[in-house]
Amino acid sequence: MKVLLRNPAREIELAGRRNVNALLAELALPRESHLVIRNGTLVPGDAELAADDVIEIRPVISGGS
Amino acid sequence: MVAAASKCRVCRGPAIIDLPRHNAHFCAEHFLDLVRRQVMKAIDKFDMLAKTDRVLVAVSGGKDSLAVWDLLIDLGYQADGLYVGLGIGDYSDTSAEYARRFASERGLKLVEISLRGEYGYDVPTAAKATKRVPCSACGISKRHLFDKAALDGGYNVLVTGHNLDDEAAVLFGNTLRWDVEYLARQLPVLPARNGFPKKVKPLIRLTEREMAAWCIVRGIDYIVDECPMAAGNKHLAYKAALNEIETESPGSKAAFYLNFLENMSPVLAAATVAGTSASGSEALHACSSCGAPTTGDICAFCNIVNKASAIEPVPVELVMSHSKGRR
Repeated sequence: MKVLLRNPAREIELAGRRNVNALLAELALPRESHLVIRNGTLVPGDAELAADDVIEIRPVISGGS
Repeated sequence: MVAAASKCRVCRGPAIIDLPRHNAHFCAEHFLDLVRRQVMKAIDKFDMLAKTDRVLVAVSGGKDSLAVWDLLIDLGYQADGLYVGLGIGDYSDTSAEYARRFASERGLKLVEISLRGEYGYDVPTAAKATKRVPCSACGISKRHLFDKAALDGGYNVLVTGHNLDDEAAVLFGNTLRWDVEYLARQLPVLPARNGFPKKVKPLIRLTEREMAAWCIVRGIDYIVDECPMAAGNKHLAYKAALNEIETESPGSKAAFYLNFLENMSPVLAAATVAGTSASGSEALHACSSCGAPTTGDICAFCNIVNKASAIEPVPVELVMSHSKGRR
């Protein structure tokens, strides 16, 4: 699957299937500070991702005060 | 495509998001309903807004401010937007485009102020000129201009997009220092007084993750990139620490902040009234330069204007390299 990461923007390719929580764990990205978008639609942590999916992992934390 | 296994708690349809702190999954429709209910609950509990109020929403082009503007319009409030151009290079140019597009696509009024165009400086230059960290110079500038724009424009209430993560992180920092004065002032509503407009934070019951999800589900484009000047600030470190706790114990952020409001704020307010703590409202008078309320001869904003407008513009990159690690 193709995975788009942000801040900085970059793209990686991963082989095989896995669910959202496993993908985030594999990339060491905290669940509470990221959303996962598959083919343009939000998906929950237990959603299974297919090898041909296009995934965006979007960070949600903003700085400032 | 493989279907999600989880189902919406309300309708049993396919879920789009899991919210561990509610121990539930939601479909798009019922997630949006949940967010609306949380905002209405905050507005009602803290008497934030009336439908007859003229509301000004401070928007940055980011998810929280666009989401709160969208939510207020969705809930039937009359709300215009205010965008302050901070002059943080491409980041500000891009964020302005998101704010303008959001307003124009919905036929909403967006008031714009440019620090460089109207006051002769930008945030990187202010940081350099005043030897403040960029977030400090930025915050002072925004707060002053938000207040001024609300009062000048005849708005009853100024709304900001501070969410549960923002408030929990500020509370965490204030508690680490036991800064009683700041703790006493950390409220979701600040009433109008002495030249300040009423200020409210309708998103205090919602996390950053939930606000980003609101924007995605509602089709709101916002600037995802982080402000280049915020990298390394303490606020982000506090948020990361709280999110680690939240992952282990869902609901901790909400309990930390909302129980503070419920249990500690009244104690701090009583202590302030009794004179056992500084209230922070002592001896306000008009700034000799702009007339805004201040405790000194000139206000912090005019001090920045005087220093920053007197020097050549400073590139973003120069201030970034100097500011890291000392916030």
